[in-house]
Amino acid sequence: MIAYSIPSSTELARRIRCHALRMAHHARASHIGSCLSCADVLAVLYHEVLRVDPGRPDWPDRDRFILSKGHAAAALYAVLAERGFFPVSRLSTFGDDGTQLATHVARHGVPGVDFATGSLGHGLSVGAGMALAGQRDGRPTRVFVLLSDGECDEGSTWEAALFAAHHGLDNLVAIVDYNKIQSFGRVSEVLGLEPLADKWQSFGWAVRELDGHEHTHISGALRAVPFTPGRPSVLVAHTIKGKGVSFMEDQLLWHYRSPDDAQLAAALSELGEST
Amino acid sequence: MRTAFVQTLCELAAADERVWLLTGDLGFSVLEIFRDRFPQRFVNVGVAEQNLIGVAAGLASSGKLVFVYSIANFPTLRCLEQIRNDVCYNELPVKIVAVGGGFAYGPQGYTHHGLEDLAILRTLPNMTVLAPGDPVEAELATRAVMPLSGPCYLRLGKAREPVVHAVRPPFTIGRAILLRDGPDVTLISTGAVLGYVLRTAETLAEQYGINARVLSMHTLKPLDEEAVQRAATETGAVVTVEEHSVIGGLGSAVADVLAARATSVRFAKYGVPDRLWHQTGSPEYLRGLCGDLVAVVRELLAKNDR
Repeated sequence: MIAYSIPSSTELARRIRCHALRMAHHARASHIGSCLSCADVLAVLYHEVLRVDPGRPDWPDRDRFILSKGHAAAALYAVLAERGFFPVSRLSTFGDDGTQLATHVARHGVPGVDFATGSLGHGLSVGAGMALAGQRDGRPTRVFVLLSDGECDEGSTWEAALFAAHHGLDNLVAIVDYNKIQSFGRVSEVLGLEPLADKWQSFGWAVRELDGHEHTHISGALRAVPFTPGRPSVLVAHTIKGKGVSFMEDQLLWHYRSPDDAQLAAALSELGEST
Repeated sequence: MRTAFVQTLCELAAADERVWLLTGDLGFSVLEIFRDRFPQRFVNVGVAEQNLIGVAAGLASSGKLVFVYSIANFPTLRCLEQIRNDVCYNELPVKIVAVGGGFAYGPQGYTHHGLEDLAILRTLPNMTVLAPGDPVEAELATRAVMPLSGPCYLRLGKAREPVVHAVRPPFTIGRAILLRDGPDVTLISTGAVLGYVLRTAETLAEQYGINARVLSMHTLKPLDEEAVQRAATETGAVVTVEEHSVIGGLGSAVADVLAARATSVRFAKYGVPDRLWHQTGSPEYLRGLCGDLVAVVRELLAKNDR
């Protein structure tokens, strides 16, 4: 095991947010709002839930994590670096010419990434396949898939939802980062998902809903999977797009914009860090 | 061909416990022998091809050798982006098998004709593309794809194709099989039309004194460029034959090789024209709509631009 010394998931989440802001600024990349909305879930997962070992990223019995909302890649790279899978200094290559850190999740050459993503609606099927392998092989592997709310528009997400329940994949956990804003506007205006928890429930999943920024709640839920033996679990995490930076919160604009110098400084200052 | 495939797969699965078979709810009366012998390594995912490929990718990333089975365009075009991103980009050895390539499901209409698959699949990076010509080649191809570290696409005919190879030929991915030699023209065949191509070669010889070389190009990618070059050099005329659009398939792949040569060669593509037909029928009927292969060869040889 590589020593991991971050004292709390809240500190890890703070660092994810700071890295993601710097990366979005450096690469002039979109999707900072999406990174900030899932930073707390990522922090709890990598701080205390996932059984992974940065010294053995391909350990067969490790838990798997798929960031199906691959556009939040900066947040994933940030948590992997902080967790020790690769040097934090590498984050500064994000989006550069020749980098392996694409602005959607890349796997090749990026230790700790279990699956490359970027097109929505792919991750849950892949996670179901990984969970099925674990189930039939009798391995302890658990698979966590983080979905965006927007990708619940994809039919393939629901194909996978049917499949996972049919096969009783209780080693599979989906987390919906329900920040209520998708590419063109509010989810409720573009293509409403409500009642979202009921949909998952009716597909045969065990569902919990919570505040996706409350670490104790997230931790309590994710440590309690499967919520019901014999069923896949889904956590509907109510979140705020842009969470943690006052002027980015709940703003569609920050699905696209990258912070300029002054905005980066202001955002980092709010997070207790100087540029 | 599908029977040859599944019987061979059972043998491979008995010897290697990493072998899995997934279907998108097709293969009734075909796949049961695998399901009954290896129930823990068989999954019918239902009528959900995007999930089919995604699940296959997840299994493959956990060390499984996954064969995915469906018919016509369902395991390819319906889920193309899953193949591109989940399988190819993640560098996983998923083996996609489509039964009913070309006009095998002729009377069932355009939705069930596999006419663009080869063109599309061969553009995907690292994708090996195979279209064996008879049940013997289907068996050999199934064995040959096992050790591939990357993805592959295996396009099969359906059932009751004639056995062309009386003896098992040497089979190597990317090496064409010579079935008949002749100095006048080379017919390069891919997929289940091989029997038809050989019969055409006999007709050309018997009725017109045209002696054709016939190659079974069971691998479209990587293409046997050397065999194409030799055909051009040694016979001076090349005709590609495929039950596939004339755009992007075998004909285009061979044309790429020929175009890079310094010397000229007479060349024609026989395949499905770039148009829709709203009448349908048997594979033989539909092939007839693509033109008369004998006439195509004779017209080509009548050209004096050598």
